[in-house]
Amino acid sequence: MVWEVGSPLSIGAILFTVIIVAAMLIWVERRLLGLWQERLGPNRVGPFGLLQVVADMIKIFAKEDWVPPFADKFSFVLAPPIIMFVILMSFTVIPFAPGVGVIDSDVGVLFVLAMASLGAYSVMLGGLASNNKYALLGSLRAAAQMVSYEVFMGISLLGVVALTGSFNLRDIVIAQTDGWFIIPQFIGFLIFMIAGIAESHRLPFDIPEAEQEIVAGYHTEYSGMKFGMFFVGEYLGVLLISSLLVVLFFGGWLGPAFLPPIVWFVLKTSFFIAFFILLRAAIPRPRYDQLMTYGWLFLLPLSLLNLMITGAFVLWQEGGM
Amino acid sequence: MEVIDTTSYADSVTATLVEELCLRFENEVIAVQSYCDGIPVLWLKRDGLIIVMQYLRQSASIRFQMLFDITAIDERVRVNRQGQPESDFTVTYHLMSFTHNCDIRLKVALLDADLVMPTISNLWPNANWYERECWDMFGITFAGHPNLTRIMLPPTWKGHPLRKDHPARATEMEPYSLSAERQIVEQEALRFNPEEWGMRRDSKNSEFMFLNLGPNHPSVHGVFRIALQLDGEILVDAVPDIGYHHRGAEKMAERQTWHTFIPYTDRIDYLGGVMNNLPYVMAVEKMAGIVVPERVKVIRVMLCEMFRIASHLLFYGTFAQDVGQLSPVFYMFVDRERVFNIIESICGARMHPGWFRIGGVAQDLPNGWDKAIRELLDFMPARLRDYDSMVMNNGILKRRTQGVGAYGVKEAMDWGITGSGLRACGMEYDFRKQRPYSGYENFEFEVPIAVNGDCYDRCAVRVEEIRQSLRIIRQCVDNMPSGPYKSAHPLTTPPLKEKSKLDIETLINHFLSVSWGPVIPPNEVTMTIEATKGLSSYYLVSDGSTGSYRTRIRTPSFAHLQMIPQISRGFMVADLIAIIASIDFVMADVDR
Repeated sequence: MVWEVGSPLSIGAILFTVIIVAAMLIWVERRLLGLWQERLGPNRVGPFGLLQVVADMIKIFAKEDWVPPFADKFSFVLAPPIIMFVILMSFTVIPFAPGVGVIDSDVGVLFVLAMASLGAYSVMLGGLASNNKYALLGSLRAAAQMVSYEVFMGISLLGVVALTGSFNLRDIVIAQTDGWFIIPQFIGFLIFMIAGIAESHRLPFDIPEAEQEIVAGYHTEYSGMKFGMFFVGEYLGVLLISSLLVVLFFGGWLGPAFLPPIVWFVLKTSFFIAFFILLRAAIPRPRYDQLMTYGWLFLLPLSLLNLMITGAFVLWQEGGM
Repeated sequence: MEVIDTTSYADSVTATLVEELCLRFENEVIAVQSYCDGIPVLWLKRDGLIIVMQYLRQSASIRFQMLFDITAIDERVRVNRQGQPESDFTVTYHLMSFTHNCDIRLKVALLDADLVMPTISNLWPNANWYERECWDMFGITFAGHPNLTRIMLPPTWKGHPLRKDHPARATEMEPYSLSAERQIVEQEALRFNPEEWGMRRDSKNSEFMFLNLGPNHPSVHGVFRIALQLDGEILVDAVPDIGYHHRGAEKMAERQTWHTFIPYTDRIDYLGGVMNNLPYVMAVEKMAGIVVPERVKVIRVMLCEMFRIASHLLFYGTFAQDVGQLSPVFYMFVDRERVFNIIESICGARMHPGWFRIGGVAQDLPNGWDKAIRELLDFMPARLRDYDSMVMNNGILKRRTQGVGAYGVKEAMDWGITGSGLRACGMEYDFRKQRPYSGYENFEFEVPIAVNGDCYDRCAVRVEEIRQSLRIIRQCVDNMPSGPYKSAHPLTTPPLKEKSKLDIETLINHFLSVSWGPVIPPNEVTMTIEATKGLSSYYLVSDGSTGSYRTRIRTPSFAHLQMIPQISRGFMVADLIAIIASIDFVMADVDR
């Protein structure tokens, strides 16, 4: 069989689809924002403006590959590929549908969290290597924000892991056959979603690149394809967080049988992507210290509480059996 | 000299004050004059300035809380000075009393050989920038000033442009060229040296970071630079640097005719459109003695309020955007577009119609002008309610803006804050109510105020002002008087065509007033209005010619920016962005 987890065809198809979808998300986001903001968005290139992404790609590839003379060249060039790499690596453990995936790992959840932590290096390196004060402020903010929110992100997932008894994402989906984890783990879902937005630093948590405050934050000095990688990396992040939400809390590919499993997965993921875009359109940005206070004083106790209650519940159930 | 005085609001009040001052300071007061605007003018000896200022501020029967303006006049080629003391350069101080609702102007004559004034920046903190501007533009030194450096022009500039002997056109100067050596000199002059900005490089505990915010930065709304001294992300100091948008509007006014300067005024507060025309044309009308018909007044009020709405909507949207809310600005631009469509249908242009004329407006209202306006009036209230729930009631926005950048009434007056910034800290002061002009006394509207004087309140006041403007516009539409759209006065520009073809004399007169423009009788006048951003004032000096001898444009934004260090120290960079967004300034209005 060629269509099985880990086959070259499967890997190739997933890689291709993920990158294309992430690029198309740029168009989707601009059109959706346009719809919600009483304007049109890009609608000139190709049907419905679909080829806008192609035009952008041509532009971004044709741009001069510029490294500022005052930057630290090695880390400056290294930073953008890191974010692309770590997020694409995270996709390897995502179970898209039965038989569709790159690897079937028993430590899937841990792997995703580990990769997400490495993503922070990209942002920090980019900001520090730029040798620009705005970039420095951006990477300082990014480091603080990503490190803090990773803590709650990890803890919020443990409820799901406890209920399933496995770190394997495929097992987690199968464990939801009788009911999605959104119901028992609603608090975990909320915390994971908030932390996920903070991890992919999108508005309202785009503090590391807050345009109105620090111009473009850590990628102020970046242009051309290197900027493009940060940019696509952000959309890959959105895609990843949406897929994870679906896998962990919304039953992954599970759904009524009149549609194939992969379609259910895509539909659910699209819903969250649209939701993230809507959040961006609706909410203002909190201040850096407010975000940190909110995280440490509210989200952390809440996620610990959630974990303790879930653990108690699991123990009680085991004891009862 | 034909003078028709339409503002007698404070004449009797100031008359007693002038008597009091003349008695008390008989050695210091040289002369007392009065012009068509009714503001008493006292000529003082230079050495007497400080004590008279102190007296006026602290112990006179009428106390003056605000230093409204400081400027100078190069008198060397002025004719028709009508018994004024001999002077090469006259420094004028304009003070404003809120308790008695009146103004006074103090003048000091200086001779070319000795252009030194004592500084009053320790008496009125906002004198700092005004004195710097005087030095920059006229070369008048203010002894004791803490930082007497160029404010508008580059540090390497030679000469003082508002002097009459300074060229007014590029063609009068050598063609500009930048040699390699010159470029090095210019670059070196721009080098940032914290000590020159009154900043220290480190404290006992930490080394500070200096961040150059601007002149190009997404949130400075134009070309505005703030040098930040940071401890982490906490602002130790923030020093504004202006002048990047300086176009010499006051100098241009001296080479244009009275009529042809009107379009330049549109571009002072470029969001205010025809509202900028208003103080200028009213000032000229007052000197010319023109009384405009009622219809003109109402048309002017209606369009000014339209522009107030357009400007406030832009403020509202960018304010939300600067605290990170992406969408409101788009909704508000859609509304602004409706307003501009109406303005275009009436004036023929959108942002800078230049549509008011001396003695009237450019054309009569078009047929069916009120339909679109009525639609707007019905459409806007629901939209404003939506914005309230989207922006003003948003919890994150409240946490970002409440308690940030707050100041009180006393502070506001010390720094020359007017308009919504003054009303947000609880002072119910609106020029349209206090000293009605152009028929504002005939309209029913409220003056919204707030109490905390923080970023949130400044925004809340402006939001309510949009509603009040809609109310005024509805009254205009419902009660638009009939009648001519320009005055029949001979100095009305362009003159009435009907009076031109009667005989050769009327034809010649018409020809002259169209080609040269009107000759305005010698006089001086200050005309102040409640503009979109605060009090905007034109101080015109006519020496009986076809153009202004001196035009001083006192803009609200200039005063407001000077207060930034005061209200932003100790906050974070993100708060500074909220503060400058809440001030609502336009750099063209600051630099002119």
